[in-house]
Amino acid sequence: MSAPILEAKGLEAWYGPVKALHGVDFEVEDGGVTAVLGANGAGKTTILRALSGLIRRAGDLRFRGRPIGALSTEDIARLGIAHVPDGRGTFVDLTVEENLRLGAYTRADRQAVRADFDRVFGLFPRLAERRRQQAGTLSGGEQQMLAIARALLMRPSLLMLDEPSFGLAPLVVAEIFRALGGINRDEGASLLLVEQNASLALDLADHAVLIETGNVALSGPARAIRDDDAVRRAYLGY
Amino acid sequence: MARRNGRIASIVTAAVVIVALAIPFFASGYRLYQGSQVLILAIALLGLNLLTGFNGQISLGHGAFFAIGGYGTAILMAKLGVPYWAAIPIASVVCFIAGFLFGFPALRFGGLYLALATFALAVAMPQMLSYKGFDAYTGGPMGLLLTKPHAPFGLPLSGDQWLYLFCLAFAAALYWAAVNLVRGRVGRGLIAIRDHPIAAETMGVNAALYKTTCFGVSALYAGVAGGLSAIVVGFVSPESFGLPLSLAFLVGIVVGGLASLGGMLFGAVFIEFVPNVADQLTVNFGESAKALPGAVYGVLLILVMALMPAGVAGAARALASLAARFFAPARRRTM
Amino acid sequence: MGEFLHLLASGLALGGVYAIMALALVMIYQATQLINFAQGEMAMFSTYVAWKLMDSGWPYWRAFAATVLVSFIGGVVIERVVVRPFARAPILASVIVSIGLAFIFNSLAGYLYGYSVTSFDSPFGDRPLFGGGYMSAHEAGAVLVSLCVLAVVYAFFRFTPLGLAMRAAAQNPVSSRLVGIRVGWMLALGWGLAAAIGSIAGMMAAPIVYLDPNMMFGILLYAFAGAVLGGIDNPFGAAFGGFAVGVMENLVGAYVVGPEVKLSVALAIIVAVLVWRPSGLFGRRLVARV
Repeated sequence: MSAPILEAKGLEAWYGPVKALHGVDFEVEDGGVTAVLGANGAGKTTILRALSGLIRRAGDLRFRGRPIGALSTEDIARLGIAHVPDGRGTFVDLTVEENLRLGAYTRADRQAVRADFDRVFGLFPRLAERRRQQAGTLSGGEQQMLAIARALLMRPSLLMLDEPSFGLAPLVVAEIFRALGGINRDEGASLLLVEQNASLALDLADHAVLIETGNVALSGPARAIRDDDAVRRAYLGY
Repeated sequence: MARRNGRIASIVTAAVVIVALAIPFFASGYRLYQGSQVLILAIALLGLNLLTGFNGQISLGHGAFFAIGGYGTAILMAKLGVPYWAAIPIASVVCFIAGFLFGFPALRFGGLYLALATFALAVAMPQMLSYKGFDAYTGGPMGLLLTKPHAPFGLPLSGDQWLYLFCLAFAAALYWAAVNLVRGRVGRGLIAIRDHPIAAETMGVNAALYKTTCFGVSALYAGVAGGLSAIVVGFVSPESFGLPLSLAFLVGIVVGGLASLGGMLFGAVFIEFVPNVADQLTVNFGESAKALPGAVYGVLLILVMALMPAGVAGAARALASLAARFFAPARRRTM
Repeated sequence: MGEFLHLLASGLALGGVYAIMALALVMIYQATQLINFAQGEMAMFSTYVAWKLMDSGWPYWRAFAATVLVSFIGGVVIERVVVRPFARAPILASVIVSIGLAFIFNSLAGYLYGYSVTSFDSPFGDRPLFGGGYMSAHEAGAVLVSLCVLAVVYAFFRFTPLGLAMRAAAQNPVSSRLVGIRVGWMLALGWGLAAAIGSIAGMMAAPIVYLDPNMMFGILLYAFAGAVLGGIDNPFGAAFGGFAVGVMENLVGAYVVGPEVKLSVALAIIVAVLVWRPSGLFGRRLVARV
């Protein structure tokens, strides 16, 4: 059993004075995929924001064994954790190419960056076509691909995605999830996937965590949760 | 606790009133003149604080309304023969209208743009005042000279003493008016607009009306101050109404205490005497002492914002409650 | 006709100064949503630094380069030390702090260098060009320098990684952090760059308006007018606005209202633009977030 690449113990988080997470425990296996599921407002997005240091948080957070609970957002990103936020977070006034270059901003290895550019364009050919277009003019699906591509250009060890299927047509979503599966298998990037679309997420994930009003309701192997009718009906609504 | 603070406030107010009334009989000449200036500045600061402190509209150009009041009064007196005690109210109404009208476009500006536009107004004002086209009325770059009024009804007061009391009357009346404005419904509306403009609108506060009226009122205050200043100083000229004046007003309300009416007296004393002290220092230290007021203003603006955003008034209030608590720790709470 | 051309030429020369000041103002506005009311005083102070260096024997261009560098560093330091602590404060507090800075720079200049008006040499000399009467060598040089500054800044933001990172940090600080950009330092660099640009504006203006601690108030006002006219969130629109204001100031001043009230032209431009088209000629339509 490989050591977890990310461990969270007793993670708490606040939006201003309001406490949103009340002590959440979970881990992401190195090279694995963990899905975070739950209803709207349960606290899934909050987990990612807390991990990235975007909101006030407390608890024992470790990345490759190293505590990151006190680091700034930039420093966490520079460790190799790429966070694709909800709403995609694209730089809408910049071109597709500029968005991608920003992903590689902190890297010094020019040749590897060039190779990575080729790879992401191979993964998402539509982005190559729209290279010089302003990112804000892309469709929702293309912006999601752009956001993921930008994160990939960081060469992350851990890729955190917040609702990548949100607002997208099923075909597009399928394409994206295929790509995510490829990224995990071929590049060995660990994935922490927050999703409302539980069935998609459970197909991809090894491990799943169910969040309910800021607490962990259930956690276990993804297959077990997917195959357990009672759990599915009670927590995931299908 | 509030009762105790209220008592302290009343004592302070009474003391201020007594001192203010006594000054003309103990001070004379230049000091008395400075006393009048302090009252005049306090009126202007009250006006600006109503706009910026209570209503959140940033004006870097209140010197312009001061100028309109001053020039208005001077023109009425020197060119149209209006007596001084009538000229000031008339000029102040003109200022109210000017402020109210300026308040309309100001609604569209908001925040930073308003600061910019009023900054432009302040910088452009001296040129506009010395414009050759108007100089039949304004006296052009030379300005206008006024004759100082004498005490009326044969009262045994010198001109300076009478003028001081005249200013004091206005200051007291306008302070009283401001206090009542702020404590009432209107005041709460102004503050609501400052802090939560959208929520205020949804609660039925007609933000546009409140804001433009507030602009008008604050311009009126500045205009009264300007008119009084014209009479006390004895002349108006374009140079005295430029950007430095508007910025001094800003310093006055910040140091005295944003949204504190009582603090305006301190603010006025401050901006009257700091340049004075600097001038005196030039005797000993030469030209470079002229830089002192600016440096003091600059450092204080930043320090006050960083350490005591409520200005001297806020600090005084905090000290007073601290002292009250210190001196009566065992006082039981009476319901 | 000759006079018209001369007004046009000198309008462009000062317009260039306004253009690069407007650029500095807009750069800071884009990154922080704040207007630096001290920009003019900082530029004036830098100009005095240059003057002092030249007075001590330094050749012009070396003094120029040193001043630009010192101003850059000064801008970075000011952002980190004075401006940063008020990053989350209300707008009024930031306006007051920037006015405070303006006071400090103004007094410092007066204290160190005195209040008398001084002349400031131009590296281009004062000879009239083109057969006399239209444009002096300095005016031509000033326009050239302004255009160079605009070109260099454009190239920096468009083609360099650091420029890209600064643009990103200004547009979307959160996403910038998520890719590892140190947004705080980008802001500091922005201030440094603005201060450096301002120093160039001051050094170009000084031979025309003469050096004294109050030289930049009017220029700052014109720069504001240019920035507002061009669009306060569009750097090159603002630069265009600066040139336009320079020319307008001269033409309106000569033919319509008289040169003694030129400043009111700037005031009129500001009020008119803010009332009729607040986003300026090239700015983006502003939508208020409820």
